[in-house]
Amino acid sequence: MDPILTKYVREPNSFTLDFYVEHEGYAALKAALTKKPDEIIEMVKASGLRGRGGAGFPTGMKWQFVDKKVEPRYIACNADESEPGTFKDHLLMERNPHLLIEGCAIGCYAIGAKVAYIYIRGEFLHVQGILERAIADAYARGFLGKNILGSGFDCDVYMHRGAGAYEAGEETALLESLEGKRAQPRNKPPFPALVGLYNKPTAVNNVETLCNVPLIVSKGAEWFAGLGPEKNGGPKLYCVSGHVKRPGVYETDMKITLRELIDGHAGGVRDGRTLKAVIPGGSSVPVLMPDQLDTQASFDAIQKAGSLLGSAAIIVLDDTTCMVWLAENLLHFYRHESCGKCTPCREGTDWLHKILRRIERGEGQMQDLDLLSSVSANIAGKTLCAFGDAAVTPVTTTLKHFRHEYEAHIKEGRCTLTADWRARHTVGAHA
Amino acid sequence: MSFHPKMAYDATFHKSARTLDETDKGAGPPFAYTAENRARFDQIVKRYPPDRRRSAVLPALYLAQYQQGYITANAIRHVAELLGITRADVEDVVSFYTMFYTKPVGTFVVQVCRTLSCALNGAERVTEELTAKLGITPGQTDASGTFTLVEVECLGACDRAPVVMVNDGWHECLKPEDASRLVDDLRARGESVLSGCHHVVELKKKAG
Ligand SMILES: Cc1cc2nc3c(=O)[nH]c(=O)nc-3n(C[C@H](O)[C@H](O)[C@H](O)COP(=O)(O)O)c2cc1C
Ligand code: SF4
Ligand code: FES
Repeated sequence: MDPILTKYVREPNSFTLDFYVEHEGYAALKAALTKKPDEIIEMVKASGLRGRGGAGFPTGMKWQFVDKKVEPRYIACNADESEPGTFKDHLLMERNPHLLIEGCAIGCYAIGAKVAYIYIRGEFLHVQGILERAIADAYARGFLGKNILGSGFDCDVYMHRGAGAYEAGEETALLESLEGKRAQPRNKPPFPALVGLYNKPTAVNNVETLCNVPLIVSKGAEWFAGLGPEKNGGPKLYCVSGHVKRPGVYETDMKITLRELIDGHAGGVRDGRTLKAVIPGGSSVPVLMPDQLDTQASFDAIQKAGSLLGSAAIIVLDDTTCMVWLAENLLHFYRHESCGKCTPCREGTDWLHKILRRIERGEGQMQDLDLLSSVSANIAGKTLCAFGDAAVTPVTTTLKHFRHEYEAHIKEGRCTLTADWRARHTVGAHA
Repeated sequence: MSFHPKMAYDATFHKSARTLDETDKGAGPPFAYTAENRARFDQIVKRYPPDRRRSAVLPALYLAQYQQGYITANAIRHVAELLGITRADVEDVVSFYTMFYTKPVGTFVVQVCRTLSCALNGAERVTEELTAKLGITPGQTDASGTFTLVEVECLGACDRAPVVMVNDGWHECLKPEDASRLVDDLRARGESVLSGCHHVVELKKKAG
């Protein structure tokens, strides 16, 4: 499939309003404003668009759940993009900001909101600048603001900058953060569609999700659904990183297989190396083994294979990768990012990291492996948000497939796979 | 403080254990926004409903940090007063988010991404090189106050690994062997030596 969302990202001026309008930009908004809001929701439902933020929940359904009896309503666009291995929203916002703005405006019209907040991670200041300029240009041309294109519909889009917190990507934590508090999640239910920002009905949508909305409006739900396998329609951005020759964002439909993405688009693993395992959906999902590479990279097929498509962050690991080291690296992340609201996650991630670190250094004991499983079991399913399950996955999945590597560390008293890209001394997070 | 008597937290950043300096020294010099920042602040609060000024706490703290370099108790008081919330409310936020500094930092805050995709491509070695070059370990500022070295988690540019951020600027594909030169270049020419982000690099190449 030829790229659609990222078709023009390599054009120098792709981020400008003039370029966007010359390439049929804002035509979808114009078309949407001639329809009834419910018709838009029906279209999005019929397209089968599923959320691109991680959970793959149908967007049309989410919009339908938004309580239309309560005013005001909001769209909160999730531009926190912090799942390790994910960098697709980054590219979309940097090179195609008007597509997101158009998606926000159509989304607002559909659910009857007048304001959309784009919550962007604090580190993306350069991207925020591009979006802010794009928003200002859109106001100046009448695509945002009062009485958009003479339709009587008002819509404001504002940027909101986060300040370094992975957990702010969780939808209710994002709303807390938008309200000026710590990014700690709320209990669900009630879901944001009923009680969201400022306790008002809110649709929280990922950047890539909203970017698909203008396509659905202009090209039709059927076209969109027809692009991929059943229930996995539309274009999809894949982020391939790790040990590949050509890491990057690749856009195709979801019929593609992991092998085509990794060996085809990303050029395969580096010369002289072999593939060891693949993390197909961001750091929070189970690994897939080389014999599973012919799995289709769709939400449903990857789930059937025992993992999750998540944020479509494909992290490729070659034979130089020590899987104990990998688990330690990721648990350092989770330990650092746990929001601290619930005990199993706050304490457990710290314990897991400590145990992994001592095993990785060759100071572990065999009973540590049971301890890892037991601590993991006391986190998974026992926490307020999905972070807990995510955090134990690197441990449980490596224990499942690579237990022998853990045992080797303990028996040998050291790591036997010290690749040249690894630290030579204990420094920083490693110390 | 850890909640388990035998499992103290590590010294590195942990959200639950982070506290602010509440001594008189930590309060810092008297603080109020400059006229320019006050005007910016007044613009920003308009984005939120009038009874939800608290929403502006992150942007308000950024303004304070850009003005003074780091967040002090006096800055917290100023922000709290302007937003009509308590100092504890603001402190709660400052102690949670990693991008607010509660102590003075160097002219260049070098933030090395250490998460998986960067680590697989040599980020640990970048940190090693920087540590050796600067004579400080992550979390420290050098004696001259020029460099602060920090390790951060995934920056969302993993195809350009290893990635470092210097203040708000980006530098991508930093090979370990080039890390030391980046320090020299920053010293000599400042942030202009950074590669910038993503396609900016490619577009520059394309344009020649
Ligand atoms: C710990 C955690 C972190 C998350 N981080 C992000 C993120 O960075 N970006 C994102 O779009 N969704 C993230 N999500 C998913 C959101 O909670 C939510 O499902 C999503 O924004 C909904 O939008 P969508 O339906 O368009 O995917 C995260 C979820 C969890 C549990
Ligand atoms: S699971 Fe972890 S991140 Fe989620 S609310 Fe609990 S402590 Fe916070
Ligand atoms: S792992 Fe370094 S930017 Fe994602």
